[in-house]
Amino acid sequence: MRGIRPRHKVVQADWGAYLGDRAARARSSAVRDFFATPAPAAETPIDEVPMVALDMETTGLDERRHAIVSVGMVPFTLGRITPARRRYWVVKPSRPLSGTSIAYHHITHSEIAGAPDFDSVIDELLPLLAGRIVVVHFRNIERPFLDAAVRVRRGEGVLFPMIDTMSIEARRYRQSLWARFRRWLGRPPVSIRLNASRARYGLPAYQGHHALVDALATAELLQAQVASHYHPQTPLGALWC
Amino acid sequence: MDADIMELRQHMSQFPPFNALSDALLDEVAGQVEVRYFKAGSDVLRLNEEARELCYIRSGAVEVYRRQGDLHNCLGEGDIFGHFNLLRDHKVRFPARAIEDTLIYFISDAMFIQLCEQDEHFADFVELERPRLETAARDQRQSNDMMITRIRRLLSRAPVMVDVDISVQDAALRMSDDQASALLVTRECSAQDARRFRDDQGRHRRIHGIMTNSDFRTRIVGRGLSAQTPVGEVISPALLSVQADVSIYEAMLTMLRNNVHHLPVLYRQRPMGIVHLSDIIRYETHSGLYLVSNIFSRLSVEGLARLAPDVRAAFSRMVQEGANSQMVGSALSTIGRSFVRRLCELAEESLGPPPVSYAFMVNGSMARNEQSIVTDQDNALVLDDTFDPAQHDDYFRRLAVFVTDGLDACGYTYCKGDIMATNPRWRQPLRVWKGYFRDWMTHPTPETLLHSSIFFDLDSAFGEAGLVEQLQDLVAGQAPHSPRFLAAMARNALNRTPPLGFFRTFVMEKDGKHNNSINLKRRGTAPMVDVIRIHALACGSKAQNTFERLDAIHQTRVLGSGVSDKLRYAFEFLCMSRLRHQAIDIEKNRTPDNNIEPENVESSERHTLKDAFQVLSNAQKFLKFRYPQPSANPSSSGHRERS
Repeated sequence: MRGIRPRHKVVQADWGAYLGDRAARARSSAVRDFFATPAPAAETPIDEVPMVALDMETTGLDERRHAIVSVGMVPFTLGRITPARRRYWVVKPSRPLSGTSIAYHHITHSEIAGAPDFDSVIDELLPLLAGRIVVVHFRNIERPFLDAAVRVRRGEGVLFPMIDTMSIEARRYRQSLWARFRRWLGRPPVSIRLNASRARYGLPAYQGHHALVDALATAELLQAQVASHYHPQTPLGALWC
Repeated sequence: MDADIMELRQHMSQFPPFNALSDALLDEVAGQVEVRYFKAGSDVLRLNEEARELCYIRSGAVEVYRRQGDLHNCLGEGDIFGHFNLLRDHKVRFPARAIEDTLIYFISDAMFIQLCEQDEHFADFVELERPRLETAARDQRQSNDMMITRIRRLLSRAPVMVDVDISVQDAALRMSDDQASALLVTRECSAQDARRFRDDQGRHRRIHGIMTNSDFRTRIVGRGLSAQTPVGEVISPALLSVQADVSIYEAMLTMLRNNVHHLPVLYRQRPMGIVHLSDIIRYETHSGLYLVSNIFSRLSVEGLARLAPDVRAAFSRMVQEGANSQMVGSALSTIGRSFVRRLCELAEESLGPPPVSYAFMVNGSMARNEQSIVTDQDNALVLDDTFDPAQHDDYFRRLAVFVTDGLDACGYTYCKGDIMATNPRWRQPLRVWKGYFRDWMTHPTPETLLHSSIFFDLDSAFGEAGLVEQLQDLVAGQAPHSPRFLAAMARNALNRTPPLGFFRTFVMEKDGKHNNSINLKRRGTAPMVDVIRIHALACGSKAQNTFERLDAIHQTRVLGSGVSDKLRYAFEFLCMSRLRHQAIDIEKNRTPDNNIEPENVESSERHTLKDAFQVLSNAQKFLKFRYPQPSANPSSSGHRERS
């Protein structure tokens, strides 16, 4: 389900300037505080960057029609993942839960019935992301859903640089010379979904579709990708998007 | 769904020592681990860097090295490393490198200490070899005490039950129909009766008593009662019974104390069966004691050979019932010596009385009382010094052929190295034997060292035991003063080394090679026996059994404190592991051997075996230092011996 075509045009934006501009113009306190915390600069070596793996389970793939059901995050660096500092929220979706999405991520109506609205999560979540680089697998879920959910509740959205482990896989296995050669041979494209990507690095298969487990799985994948393809001194700007 | 990452916890809960942690403690550990990925070939722990964490392998594989760069261990999924660093001075003494892409969970020093303090099993597991071996050996002893066979094992069928109101004639017919020698007589009772049970129809009943064959004789015919008398009037309401989980021994005592031959066996109040004294006797006939008396009643080699399956059965049962290696070893050796004795008796019956006195000497494992089910024969004849080859050797040659052929027929295969009384070299008068032994200790050569390691475990199985005792005395007297001999034996003992341990389905060798199976005798018990024999020779002990030798060594303080205990636990564990795998072979109708395959070794056994190998390896290294090659100058060698 995550293999759909990205709707947002990927631009290698000048994130530094964008973030400074947002910090100056933000109106709501949560958003202002988030942008006021300086994010690691583009030239910071990746092994010095504080990161946080983020995963959201949603009722569907379109942030205009679907809603967030759960959010999991695990802080980490290249040296260590710290599951002890994990956070996890189940939220009541603003739109009704369909039967198929229940089957998909195992969150039931009763769990959601007692859950808070995403609004109360914003004030906890944004400070935990501030000053860190968010790492996701397939940014076209987390980025638009988070932006839309904050925009609806606080009048302005949150966009910021992310490292996308799926995009790193795509660069290597979809756009590289090797990948084109494979295509030329008529071989099917390599899967860049989370578990398939992990398997290429010898990482164990996890029971997927729990936001917390997927966040941990994403953090491990980034460690493996950097260990395999990048020097630890690689500047952050070469990896984020 | 909650905020725990079940992945972490579930994985750790499958592997020792975490599998034995309480849920609360496991939650705490799993909740605090940190995670890092290591590419194949990268360092996980570097020599001399600060050590602050225990490492757990979630996936992949890691090699651990000694400071000098020798491979120390090879570990896979679920294994831990780094605890030695934490237990010492928090510096990495054993560096580690990922040999596959590896995911490591790190457990903090503080958490590690908490685990050691709060969980005894965890503390045992992570401490150096001895405690884990000790625990394993102790558990074996405990289970040995508890694992007494329960009486329910002897029950072959449900009891025949009749109502108190039926006539003794009907009861007799029931017994004939069911070929039962006893009936349980029951009656209806209330739902509150403390002794009630439900019968097949769901009615409440209780046992009224038992009616046996002999009751017809003594209580009915003897008293001239009518065949129509209700059974309830004949029998006395006796409530003697035992629970299904009491030991056979206890049930037997109950019978003897109350002078009865039948005993109802209950599970709570429900009758499970009736056990008869003959069931117990039949069961006992498979035991070693019965076998020995049976050996002596056999009149021919063929008759003896037919007992071979019984020896196997007795062996399997002892292992299953949790006997320790000393019990099994001495029982099998006793059985083996009994075969030798009976064969010697039969030989003398057919050849006539011996022309001069002799001792039939046994060597190797039978002399040490450490026989297993997989064994060949090592024996020799020690003859009186009045022996005249021209006159007498023909008799002893024929006796030797008779006994060794007989042993082979009974399952003790011929010795491949020809260490048998049929070999003229090993059929000699005492003075020649003394000459051999003295020469072997003064001028050790590779060949005589091999002979020493076989013949210096020696005992008399039949005949004039004093002849063999004199040889034992000679060895015990001369060996401690033969540094060259001891040094040569020590060097020789290093020829067979243990493996490092297991890694997945392989046996890991110290040079990093993998093997599919391991000969536990050649790579474990035999080298251990060699090591202990040398210490025993050095301290002039006459003991033959390895455990008794360890006792003697312990008293002379040849080894550092605690070392002989370590060796004892390691040896016991290696022996038991070998015996268990042989018992499994027999159970599965395979020919038992000394090989074990890693896939058949449980996780906990792997860890303990690895520790035992480590103890053996250290003991072998110590031999080189303890028994150095003396210099050519005899005075300096004497000095070294005294120091």
